[in-house]
Amino acid sequence: MKARVLIRPKEGILDPQGKAVERALPALGFDSVRDVRVGRLVELEADDAAHLEDLCEKLLANPLIEDYEIQEIG
Amino acid sequence: MFGVLQFPGSCDERDALAACERVSEARMIWHEETSLDGIDAIVVPGGFSYGDYLRAGAIARFAPAMEAVREFAEAGGPVLGICNGFQVLCEAGLLPGALLPNDGLRFLCRQVDLEVVSTDSAFTRGLEEGERLSVPVKHMTGRYFAPPGMLDELEARGQVVLRYGPGQNPNGSARDIAGVSNEAGNVMGLMPHPEHAVDPLTGSDDGLKLFAAAAKAAVAA
Repeated sequence: MKARVLIRPKEGILDPQGKAVERALPALGFDSVRDVRVGRLVELEADDAAHLEDLCEKLLANPLIEDYEIQEIG
Repeated sequence: MFGVLQFPGSCDERDALAACERVSEARMIWHEETSLDGIDAIVVPGGFSYGDYLRAGAIARFAPAMEAVREFAEAGGPVLGICNGFQVLCEAGLLPGALLPNDGLRFLCRQVDLEVVSTDSAFTRGLEEGERLSVPVKHMTGRYFAPPGMLDELEARGQVVLRYGPGQNPNGSARDIAGVSNEAGNVMGLMPHPEHAVDPLTGSDDGLKLFAAAAKAAVAA
Protein backbone atom coordinates (compact mmCIF):
# COMPACT_ATOMS: atom_id res chain seq x y z
CA MET A 1 0.00 0.00 0.00
CA LYS A 2 0.99 3.59 -0.49
CA ALA A 3 0.43 6.13 2.20
CA ARG A 4 0.90 9.80 2.83
CA VAL A 5 1.67 11.08 6.31
CA LEU A 6 0.91 14.71 7.10
CA ILE A 7 2.75 16.16 10.07
CA ARG A 8 1.84 19.52 11.58
CA PRO A 9 2.91 21.57 14.56
CA LYS A 10 0.40 20.95 17.36
CA GLU A 11 -2.30 23.52 17.80
CA GLY A 12 -1.22 26.28 20.17
CA ILE A 13 2.47 25.85 19.39
CA LEU A 14 3.98 28.91 17.74
CA ASP A 15 4.87 28.11 14.13
CA PRO A 16 7.26 30.87 13.07
CA GLN A 17 7.54 29.42 9.57
CA GLY A 18 3.79 29.67 9.06
CA LYS A 19 3.84 33.21 10.46
CA ALA A 20 6.61 34.24 8.05
CA VAL A 21 4.67 32.87 5.08
CA GLU A 22 1.49 34.58 6.31
CA ARG A 23 3.29 37.91 6.63
CA ALA A 24 4.68 37.63 3.10
CA LEU A 25 1.32 37.06 1.43
CA PRO A 26 -0.19 40.59 1.62
CA ALA A 27 2.77 41.92 -0.35
CA LEU A 28 1.62 39.71 -3.22
CA GLY A 29 -1.94 40.93 -2.96
CA PHE A 30 -3.26 37.94 -0.96
CA ASP A 31 -4.88 39.86 1.85
CA SER A 32 -7.43 37.36 3.07
CA VAL A 33 -5.21 34.42 4.04
CA ARG A 34 -4.97 33.60 7.75
CA ASP A 35 -3.69 30.94 10.12
CA VAL A 36 -0.95 29.57 7.88
CA ARG A 37 0.75 26.52 9.37
CA VAL A 38 3.72 24.82 7.73
CA GLY A 39 4.22 21.10 8.25
CA ARG A 40 5.80 18.12 6.52
CA LEU A 41 4.58 15.55 4.05
CA VAL A 42 6.05 12.04 4.00
CA GLU A 43 5.09 9.61 1.25
CA LEU A 44 5.88 5.95 1.70
CA GLU A 45 5.09 2.46 0.55
CA ALA A 46 4.55 -0.23 3.19
CA ASP A 47 3.68 -3.93 3.11
CA ASP A 48 1.81 -3.71 6.38
CA ALA A 49 -0.38 -0.73 7.19
CA ALA A 50 -0.59 -1.85 10.82
CA HIS A 51 2.91 -0.54 11.50
CA LEU A 52 2.24 2.96 10.27
CA GLU A 53 0.89 4.42 13.47
CA ASP A 54 3.79 3.01 15.47
CA LEU A 55 6.23 4.36 12.93
CA CYS A 56 4.69 7.83 13.17
CA GLU A 57 4.82 7.81 16.99
CA LYS A 58 8.41 6.62 17.10
CA LEU A 59 10.03 8.50 14.26
CA LEU A 60 8.05 10.50 11.71
CA ALA A 61 6.40 12.77 14.30
CA ASN A 62 7.32 13.89 17.79
CA PRO A 63 3.95 13.53 19.54
CA LEU A 64 4.90 16.16 22.10
CA ILE A 65 5.02 18.91 19.49
CA GLU A 66 3.41 17.50 16.34
CA ASP A 67 0.15 15.94 15.20
CA TYR A 68 0.10 13.48 12.32
CA GLU A 69 -2.49 12.14 9.95
CA ILE A 70 -2.10 8.97 7.88
CA GLN A 71 -3.82 8.88 4.50
CA GLU A 72 -3.85 5.66 2.48
CA ILE A 73 -3.56 6.52 -1.19
CA GLY A 74 -3.81 3.06 -2.78
CA MET B 1 37.61 8.81 31.29
CA PHE B 2 35.14 11.11 29.50
CA GLY B 3 33.64 9.96 26.21
CA VAL B 4 32.47 12.35 23.49
CA LEU B 5 29.96 10.85 21.09
CA GLN B 6 30.64 11.49 17.43
CA PHE B 7 27.88 11.15 14.83
CA PRO B 8 28.20 11.80 11.11
CA GLY B 9 27.38 15.52 11.07
CA SER B 10 28.64 16.35 14.55
CA CYS B 11 30.70 19.52 14.44
CA ASP B 12 31.53 20.47 18.04
CA GLU B 13 33.01 17.17 19.13
CA ARG B 14 36.61 18.41 19.02
CA ASP B 15 35.92 21.42 21.22
CA ALA B 16 33.95 19.15 23.55
CA LEU B 17 36.87 16.71 23.69
CA ALA B 18 39.30 19.57 24.39
CA ALA B 19 37.02 20.82 27.18
CA CYS B 20 36.82 17.33 28.71
CA GLU B 21 40.61 16.96 28.51
CA ARG B 22 40.98 19.99 30.77
CA VAL B 23 39.31 18.10 33.60
CA SER B 24 39.92 14.43 32.81
CA GLU B 25 41.20 11.96 30.28
CA ALA B 26 38.87 11.78 27.32
CA ARG B 27 38.31 9.94 24.07
CA MET B 28 35.96 10.09 21.12
CA ILE B 29 33.16 7.49 20.82
CA TRP B 30 32.18 6.73 17.23
CA HIS B 31 28.41 6.38 16.80
CA GLU B 32 28.74 2.72 15.82
CA GLU B 33 30.44 1.71 19.06
CA THR B 34 28.28 -0.36 21.36
CA SER B 35 30.55 -0.77 24.38
CA LEU B 36 31.27 2.11 26.73
CA ASP B 37 33.53 0.15 29.08
CA GLY B 38 35.84 2.42 31.03
CA ILE B 39 33.78 5.57 30.31
CA ASP B 40 32.79 7.59 33.41
CA ALA B 41 30.95 10.51 31.79
CA ILE B 42 29.51 11.11 28.32
CA VAL B 43 29.12 14.28 26.28
CA VAL B 44 26.73 14.29 23.32
CA PRO B 45 28.07 17.27 21.35
CA GLY B 46 26.56 19.84 19.04
CA GLY B 47 26.31 19.78 15.28
CA PHE B 48 23.87 18.42 12.76
CA SER B 49 23.84 14.69 13.40
CA TYR B 50 22.65 12.74 10.36
CA GLY B 51 21.98 16.07 8.68
CA ASP B 52 19.20 16.82 11.20
CA TYR B 53 16.89 15.20 8.64
CA LEU B 54 13.23 14.95 9.64
CA ARG B 55 13.78 16.78 12.98
CA ALA B 56 16.95 17.72 14.81
CA GLY B 57 18.12 14.63 16.71
CA ALA B 58 15.38 12.36 15.39
CA ILE B 59 17.65 9.96 13.48
CA ALA B 60 20.66 10.13 15.79
CA ARG B 61 18.70 8.66 18.67
CA PHE B 62 18.69 5.32 16.79
CA ALA B 63 22.50 5.21 16.44
CA PRO B 64 24.01 1.98 17.85
CA ALA B 65 25.96 3.94 20.49
CA MET B 66 22.75 5.53 21.79
CA GLU B 67 21.54 2.22 23.21
CA ALA B 68 24.74 2.06 25.26
CA VAL B 69 24.26 5.71 26.28
CA ARG B 70 20.74 4.88 27.44
CA GLU B 71 22.02 2.00 29.60
CA PHE B 72 24.80 4.21 30.94
CA ALA B 73 22.29 6.94 31.82
CA GLU B 74 19.87 4.53 33.44
CA ALA B 75 22.72 3.22 35.60
CA GLY B 76 23.25 6.78 36.86
CA GLY B 77 26.24 7.77 34.72
CA PRO B 78 26.58 11.50 33.97
CA VAL B 79 25.50 12.43 30.42
CA LEU B 80 25.63 15.98 29.05
CA GLY B 81 23.86 16.91 25.82
CA ILE B 82 24.96 20.19 24.26
CA CYS B 83 22.86 21.88 21.55
CA ASN B 84 22.26 19.10 19.00
CA GLY B 85 23.16 16.68 21.79
CA PHE B 86 20.34 18.19 23.86
CA GLN B 87 17.97 17.66 20.93
CA VAL B 88 19.15 14.05 20.59
CA LEU B 89 18.61 13.32 24.30
CA CYS B 90 15.10 14.85 24.17
CA GLU B 91 14.22 12.79 21.09
CA ALA B 92 15.59 9.68 22.83
CA GLY B 93 13.31 10.35 25.80
CA LEU B 94 16.27 10.67 28.18
CA LEU B 95 15.29 14.29 28.83
CA PRO B 96 11.83 15.88 29.00
CA GLY B 97 10.53 18.31 26.39
CA ALA B 98 11.51 19.17 22.84
CA LEU B 99 13.38 21.86 20.90
CA LEU B 100 11.54 23.89 18.27
CA PRO B 101 12.79 26.35 15.64
CA ASN B 102 13.78 29.73 17.15
CA ASP B 103 10.83 32.07 17.32
CA GLY B 104 12.70 34.56 15.12
CA LEU B 105 13.52 31.80 12.58
CA ARG B 106 17.12 33.02 12.41
CA PHE B 107 20.30 31.16 13.20
CA LEU B 108 21.67 32.80 16.35
CA CYS B 109 25.28 33.11 17.41
CA ARG B 110 25.95 35.27 20.46
CA GLN B 111 27.25 35.30 24.01
CA VAL B 112 24.53 34.99 26.66
CA ASP B 113 24.38 35.05 30.43
CA LEU B 114 22.98 31.95 32.05
CA GLU B 115 21.61 31.74 35.55
CA VAL B 116 22.16 28.58 37.56
CA VAL B 117 18.73 27.54 38.85
CA SER B 118 19.45 24.10 40.27
CA THR B 119 22.66 22.71 41.70
CA ASP B 120 21.25 19.20 41.97
CA SER B 121 22.45 18.02 38.57
CA ALA B 122 25.72 16.19 38.01
CA PHE B 123 26.94 19.17 35.96
CA THR B 124 26.02 22.02 38.33
CA ARG B 125 26.81 20.42 41.67
CA GLY B 126 29.20 22.68 43.53
CA LEU B 127 28.05 25.80 41.68
CA GLU B 128 25.89 28.35 43.43
CA GLU B 129 22.22 28.96 42.84
CA GLY B 130 21.83 32.28 41.05
CA GLU B 131 25.41 32.16 39.78
CA ARG B 132 25.88 33.70 36.32
CA LEU B 133 27.74 31.94 33.53
CA SER B 134 28.76 33.66 30.29
CA VAL B 135 28.50 31.11 27.48
CA PRO B 136 27.79 31.37 23.73
CA VAL B 137 24.68 30.08 21.96
CA LYS B 138 24.68 29.15 18.26
CA HIS B 139 21.62 27.39 16.95
CA MET B 140 18.51 27.57 14.82
CA THR B 141 16.37 25.04 16.68
CA GLY B 142 16.74 26.02 20.30
CA ARG B 143 13.30 27.03 21.53
CA TYR B 144 12.70 24.80 24.52
CA PHE B 145 9.15 23.53 24.70
CA ALA B 146 7.17 21.39 27.11
CA PRO B 147 3.44 21.57 27.89
CA PRO B 148 2.67 23.96 30.81
CA GLY B 149 1.84 21.11 33.19
CA MET B 150 5.16 19.45 32.48
CA LEU B 151 6.99 22.77 32.97
CA ASP B 152 5.37 23.13 36.40
CA GLU B 153 6.54 19.65 37.33
CA LEU B 154 10.06 20.28 36.08
CA GLU B 155 10.29 23.47 38.11
CA ALA B 156 8.85 21.80 41.22
CA ARG B 157 11.32 18.93 40.97
CA GLY B 158 14.35 21.13 40.36
CA GLN B 159 14.86 19.86 36.83
CA VAL B 160 15.18 23.33 35.35
CA VAL B 161 18.95 23.65 35.70
CA LEU B 162 19.74 26.82 33.74
CA ARG B 163 17.78 29.84 32.56
CA TYR B 164 18.76 32.63 30.21
CA GLY B 165 19.51 35.80 32.15
CA PRO B 166 16.73 38.43 32.39
CA GLY B 167 15.90 39.83 28.95
CA GLN B 168 18.34 37.49 27.21
CA ASN B 169 16.11 34.64 26.08
CA PRO B 170 17.35 34.43 22.48
CA ASN B 171 14.92 31.95 20.96
CA GLY B 172 11.52 32.07 22.69
CA SER B 173 12.23 29.17 25.04
CA ALA B 174 9.43 28.46 27.51
CA ARG B 175 10.05 30.21 30.83
CA ASP B 176 13.54 31.25 29.68
CA ILE B 177 14.76 27.68 30.08
CA ALA B 178 18.27 27.07 28.74
CA GLY B 179 18.97 23.67 30.29
CA VAL B 180 17.10 20.84 31.99
CA SER B 181 17.96 17.57 33.66
CA ASN B 182 16.24 14.24 34.12
CA GLU B 183 14.63 13.51 37.47
CA ALA B 184 17.74 11.83 38.87
CA GLY B 185 19.92 14.77 37.80
CA ASN B 186 22.58 12.66 36.07
CA VAL B 187 21.43 13.52 32.53
CA MET B 188 21.45 17.17 31.53
CA GLY B 189 20.94 19.04 28.29
CA LEU B 190 21.44 22.67 27.34
CA MET B 191 21.36 24.72 24.15
CA PRO B 192 24.31 27.02 24.96
CA HIS B 193 27.86 25.76 24.39
CA PRO B 194 29.95 25.45 27.56
CA GLU B 195 32.68 23.70 25.53
CA HIS B 196 33.27 27.00 23.66
CA ALA B 197 33.82 28.85 26.95
CA VAL B 198 36.74 27.07 28.58
CA ASP B 199 39.53 29.59 28.08
CA PRO B 200 39.70 33.33 28.92
CA LEU B 201 41.23 33.77 25.46
CA THR B 202 37.76 33.38 23.93
CA GLY B 203 36.10 35.70 26.43
CA SER B 204 34.98 33.34 29.21
CA ASP B 205 35.96 30.12 30.89
CA ASP B 206 32.67 29.75 32.78
CA GLY B 207 31.71 26.71 30.72
CA LEU B 208 34.53 24.73 32.25
CA LYS B 209 32.63 24.63 35.54
CA LEU B 210 30.09 22.19 34.12
CA PHE B 211 32.83 19.81 32.98
CA ALA B 212 34.65 20.11 36.28
CA ALA B 213 31.44 19.29 38.19
CA ALA B 214 30.94 16.22 36.00
CA ALA B 215 34.52 15.09 36.62
CA LYS B 216 33.85 15.21 40.35
CA ALA B 217 30.54 13.36 39.90
CA ALA B 218 32.28 10.70 37.83
CA VAL B 219 34.94 10.16 40.51
CA ALA B 220 32.26 9.96 43.20
CA ALA B 221 30.34 7.34 41.19
